[in-house]
Amino acid sequence: MKIELNHITRIEGHAHLVVDRKQGEIKDCRLEIVESPRFFEAMLKGRHFSDVAPIVARVCGVCSISHTLASLMATEQALGVEPDAKARLLRRLLSFGEIMQSHLLQLYFMAVPDYLGISSIFQLLDSRRELVARALRLKRTANRICEVIGGRPIHPVTTTIGGFSVMPYVSDLKHLRQELVAALPDLEATVELFAGFDFPEFERETEYICLSDPGHYPLHANRFCSSSGLNAAVTDYKKEVEEYLTGYSTAKFARTARGSYMVGPLARFKNNFPRLSPMARKVASALTIDADTINPYHSLKARLVEVVNYVEESIHTIDELLLHGLNGTKPRAVPTGGGQGTAAVEAPRGLLFHSYTYDRNGLLDTADCVIPTAQNLANIETDLKAILPELLDRSDQELTRRLEMLIRSYDPCLSCSTHLLKIDLV
Amino acid sequence: MKKTRIGFFDFTGCEGCQLTVLNLEQDLLEILELVELVEFREVMSEQAGHLDIAFVEGSVCRQQDREQLKKIRQRTDILVALGACADNGGVNALGSDRGPELMCQQVYASHLPHLQTDPPQALSEVVPVDYRVPGCPIDGHEFLAVLQALLLKRQPDLPTFAVCVECKLAEYPCSFDHGEICLGPVTRAGCRAICIDGGDRCRGCRGLIENPRTSPYHRLLEEHGLTVDDILDQYRTFNIGEQKSES
Repeated sequence: MKIELNHITRIEGHAHLVVDRKQGEIKDCRLEIVESPRFFEAMLKGRHFSDVAPIVARVCGVCSISHTLASLMATEQALGVEPDAKARLLRRLLSFGEIMQSHLLQLYFMAVPDYLGISSIFQLLDSRRELVARALRLKRTANRICEVIGGRPIHPVTTTIGGFSVMPYVSDLKHLRQELVAALPDLEATVELFAGFDFPEFERETEYICLSDPGHYPLHANRFCSSSGLNAAVTDYKKEVEEYLTGYSTAKFARTARGSYMVGPLARFKNNFPRLSPMARKVASALTIDADTINPYHSLKARLVEVVNYVEESIHTIDELLLHGLNGTKPRAVPTGGGQGTAAVEAPRGLLFHSYTYDRNGLLDTADCVIPTAQNLANIETDLKAILPELLDRSDQELTRRLEMLIRSYDPCLSCSTHLLKIDLV
Repeated sequence: MKKTRIGFFDFTGCEGCQLTVLNLEQDLLEILELVELVEFREVMSEQAGHLDIAFVEGSVCRQQDREQLKKIRQRTDILVALGACADNGGVNALGSDRGPELMCQQVYASHLPHLQTDPPQALSEVVPVDYRVPGCPIDGHEFLAVLQALLLKRQPDLPTFAVCVECKLAEYPCSFDHGEICLGPVTRAGCRAICIDGGDRCRGCRGLIENPRTSPYHRLLEEHGLTVDDILDQYRTFNIGEQKSES
């Protein structure tokens, strides 16, 4: 028989899973991305550099800030603009806000229903209203960071080449700090909730790739590294990562010379355990994971550890901003002339590359965006194939549920990954 | 009293408008007291039958999208276009002056059948659309106002004046004075000029007002050394269907 999951729910974007199960053996198992292609890289061609980040933000509502920042940094590199230290701090804070809001959405809205055996969090409105209210409160705090720094939670408006066109108010930052501190009891309750869940047993070693920033848990950096010894400059990403087309998906897949790999919270967590905040490490032990885990379902736990880490880092970042003041930061003038630039950020779902070339008039000539979910697709498929034999004696319903949970543990964002790819101009 | 049954659907877009609805947070809890959310693929597994109101995000680009949209239309009393992509094409419109075949070749270097797509269309080109919530992304409060009107069986009203009015009331410096092309004079208000507040300019994501005052706008353009084509090129960032002028 053939199992087809059409329009898998509780993920961002559209995917089908096709499992051909014939007399106890798997004939074929593939993840079809059916989201219609949008050809973003082609749409960007000929646009002025000042328009590129606002357009490319629209690749994805959930990670518009990551796309904006990767885009601005790539353009800055191409045009020779260096943002100052305060702008870099504000960008860090903005990224923390986005990753937290994306993680909390995934944890509460997409994963909690799986582990409580319900079809959506809204079913708990009467029976466990405090859980729903807590999820929304936490998400609100994360969104407030994006609002205060970026002007609004989705598709930021204050971000610009060289820094920020408008600085946040000191009073807003102080209030934000209070909100973050006040969120700690809600985080404790969240950790307690997830510590009580029964995570499926499944182990498969793969290559874990993330940015590398010696001083910090990775966020914005110019080198990337892996659990298999990769250590390269972001500008050399094309030498390390190859994108390829499959005959069934509108998203490109990616691999290194060693095969499929994982990006995202579990990869960051595994490669950077010592760089987590003290509170985050405590949470990791409460959730019983450490850097040795190779269970992809543990991405959920890593996501929660990261939320705690980013709350703590956000508080410290606000303190630093308040200490040094926000005056005197103006975006630098952009020199005339074109160039080539490549930048990477850790988006909620992992490593995101943007690479552009501009002509002498500052108009975009070529663009290439390598999106986290696209990098994870081959790994998700390999995981699915590896776990299927273990699930063959289960009912179709249970088999389906476990496969969906595995896909959701990666939090795939398919709006992003259907317009990733490079421009090969003809 | 029977609760109003509402559903959320999405086609080609970034899902940022549905996310804006989820971002209503505390208000969302209160909405859920008044309506029954029966379908919302991003966060729910259920699929429902008849709907009172369907909110649809995204543009339609393929035959299967058009068929699915028609089915949604058949089972809902009211259909609301949610956000710029559904309302007027959104950023998907940027490619509307180049054929999808060319863009497909540029991006994928391939013509595999599953990569084929048609030029993006706003929902109203395929099915009758009753109401709309404009913007990229939508404004959460405006969404609430539209929903409230529909629940009270009233016609939802969108502002009929331009972003310029909101901008002037808030006393923001005029973008034209910074040498920026701003679409505020002809774009529908309702966003509280949030982009200009954020130090950017208006890129027209909410679409044209019904009767844009083109003659003073043209004078403004001329004063700043711009042509109508400059403006239409800007306008195309979020809106399908504007052809380059003959002049």
